[in-house]
Amino acid sequence: MAGVGGGGNDVQWCFSQVKGAIDDDVAEADIISTVEFSHSGELLATGDKGGRVVIFQQAPENKSQPQCRSEYNVYSTFQSHEPEFDYLKSLEIEEKINKIRWLPQKNAAQFLLSTNDKTIKLWKISERDKRPEGYNLKEEDGRYRDPSTVTTLRVPVFRPMDLMVEASPRRVFANAHTYHINSISVNSDYETYLSTDDLRINLWHLEITDRSFNIVDIKPANMEELTEVITAAEFHPNQCNTFVYSSSKGTIRLCDMRASALCDKHSKLFEEPEDPSNRSFFSEIISSISDVKFSHSGRYLMTRDYLSVKIWDLNMENRPVETYQVHEYLRSKLCSLYENDCIFDKFECCWNGNDNVVMTGSYNNFFRMFDRAQRRDVTLEASRESSRPRSVLKPRKVCAGGKRKKDEISVDSLDFNKKILHTAWHPQDNIIAVATTNNLYIFQDKPN
Amino acid sequence: MINTMECAVDAQSLISISLRKIHNSRTQRGGIKLHKNLLVSYVLRNARQLYMSEKYAEIYRMQQYEEVMTVCNEIQELNPLDLAEDCMEQSGDCCGNGGGSEPASLCGALLPASHTAAQSAHIQTATACSAPLSLHAEEVCKEPDTSFYRSCCAEPYPVSNCDFSPANGMHCNKTTVLDLDTHVVTTVENGYLHQDCCAPLQQCCQGAQTPAKKRKVDFGYYVTEPEEVPDFTPCKRARFDDFSCLNSDQLDSSNISNLISIFGSGFTGLVSRQADFEQTLNGQFCSTQALASLGAWTRAIVAF
Repeated sequence: MAGVGGGGNDVQWCFSQVKGAIDDDVAEADIISTVEFSHSGELLATGDKGGRVVIFQQAPENKSQPQCRSEYNVYSTFQSHEPEFDYLKSLEIEEKINKIRWLPQKNAAQFLLSTNDKTIKLWKISERDKRPEGYNLKEEDGRYRDPSTVTTLRVPVFRPMDLMVEASPRRVFANAHTYHINSISVNSDYETYLSTDDLRINLWHLEITDRSFNIVDIKPANMEELTEVITAAEFHPNQCNTFVYSSSKGTIRLCDMRASALCDKHSKLFEEPEDPSNRSFFSEIISSISDVKFSHSGRYLMTRDYLSVKIWDLNMENRPVETYQVHEYLRSKLCSLYENDCIFDKFECCWNGNDNVVMTGSYNNFFRMFDRAQRRDVTLEASRESSRPRSVLKPRKVCAGGKRKKDEISVDSLDFNKKILHTAWHPQDNIIAVATTNNLYIFQDKPN
Repeated sequence: MINTMECAVDAQSLISISLRKIHNSRTQRGGIKLHKNLLVSYVLRNARQLYMSEKYAEIYRMQQYEEVMTVCNEIQELNPLDLAEDCMEQSGDCCGNGGGSEPASLCGALLPASHTAAQSAHIQTATACSAPLSLHAEEVCKEPDTSFYRSCCAEPYPVSNCDFSPANGMHCNKTTVLDLDTHVVTTVENGYLHQDCCAPLQQCCQGAQTPAKKRKVDFGYYVTEPEEVPDFTPCKRARFDDFSCLNSDQLDSSNISNLISIFGSGFTGLVSRQADFEQTLNGQFCSTQALASLGAWTRAIVAF
């Protein structure tokens, strides 16, 4: 897999597909809130603010055009969560899907975990392409026959039918979180998973819904002493005893579940000292980590805060090994971004399959890729204008100040309502899914 | 270079924006977001810190300047030549690390109301200690900043013991200001002026039993006793009135008392003690009770 867009051997990204409504009037329920590829990359799931999950499946490879990768088509749509009301606290519980995580496939069916603010559900997505026909006591439409009219008996047989994809909730993991769930992560043992809210992390067994273990609790005895919250957590990709969680103070803690039952004491603390010259009213906000992701190898950690992406080596706690500025030109605009709440946007980040490139979103429907090996970065845009089939995406540039060159966009022209918070990278191939407010863009690398 | 007032206004607007956000979050769908409100409270704290420090600096600067101008005018009536020798002798004591009659005179200007004829005392001491002042008056007039801080350092505290005797090694971890208009004494214990002070002090106010003097909690910055809070009003200095006017004009004061009680009850109030909100909004809950249990970041709201 090659690096980011540019010349030579670099990847050139082409538009492949866009999913979702075309009109600019965005219904709030259609706002995409999470995007996730399955382990094989064959399936792509999205969750939205209305509590729905839409799963796309990659069509089988076209034998006549092997270099042209197949498209993703809608595979299944179902309502995962409904709005609820907590009568005790007089609180409405949003149905918005915060996270989706796939389980590795063990049989014909697919399983995924989806969560809203309070409840996690395990969904089984299975195919049905046969149905039994020839019942004795039932008509074909399902009505029961009068037994007295039955004169002969036959054995029902399976007959092919149109493919039907069914999603059924197999487990509901509820009532374990007082605060809002922000992350779920499946363990590499494929038996347990963790769920994280602002102050606590719980460990579940996939088979057991009536209890979970609390493994991290940072709630202070007196809530007025609260200074930080947990913002994300993830299990190590191959060490089933290790997980990390990030905080609103910009720190990451690595915990080993073998050390003690309650992992309040971290094994490692990853923290970079603050640059005092950059101190502002908003220093605490922009240092809050919005996403943390292990590399596929498990050697590195990636964190996203408001302005940058940082790569940490698990063996070095005192500073990141790499720091990439996503949109440094926003540093002088923090006051306005605070007023319009944009400063609270939680951007996610992702690795490519071989951990050479990382990707994250920005404003104006821009997203950024950083090639770690080649030390190059590129800014691309997900827009309807550049959405002709197989059209190559042109790198974009933001002009921070001074004279604006042709094709550059000035900071003041950026549309802060068009934000890319969720992106996902196919586990093996150069296929990326980029979610704008209510559309899902799929880009692929240009075939040679 | 952002001037003082600009900074204060920016901080002020940030504070009002932050309060509005916290207020709005209570009616947001999905319940109060703990993370977001925590971050907003940090902005609130930062803005408040700047606002308070700028305001105090401004006020003391202006007050000091006015004091000095008054003294300057009085000195002009004296023959400068007679005082030159006195100046030389006492210059070392003044505004330096020693105590001095000059700082004492300035100190006298800032004496608490325990000196009944405060104003007259002020004038007397000014006359008596005018010598060093003549030397420093120009400096003071020219550089109100530095002299302010120096005099701040040089003041022997607690002021109740300030009987114009030089004190050794001064330091102010406590600043007392007398408003000559209203004879209101304000004592502020904080770190801001503290940081600005130059000389470390060993015995600042030890053993100093401050007499029962009238005390107002300045902007509620340091809440000493909850009972005082209901009497709390913004400092009634002439200059402060400008600030308070500015405040009430720009801020939605009708919501402030509600927000004080909401914010004062801390995150427990925001997250779990929902039932208490009905009480807080009635004002019953007590700014007092809430303020008595202020955490560091909740003190900000009291400023308003």
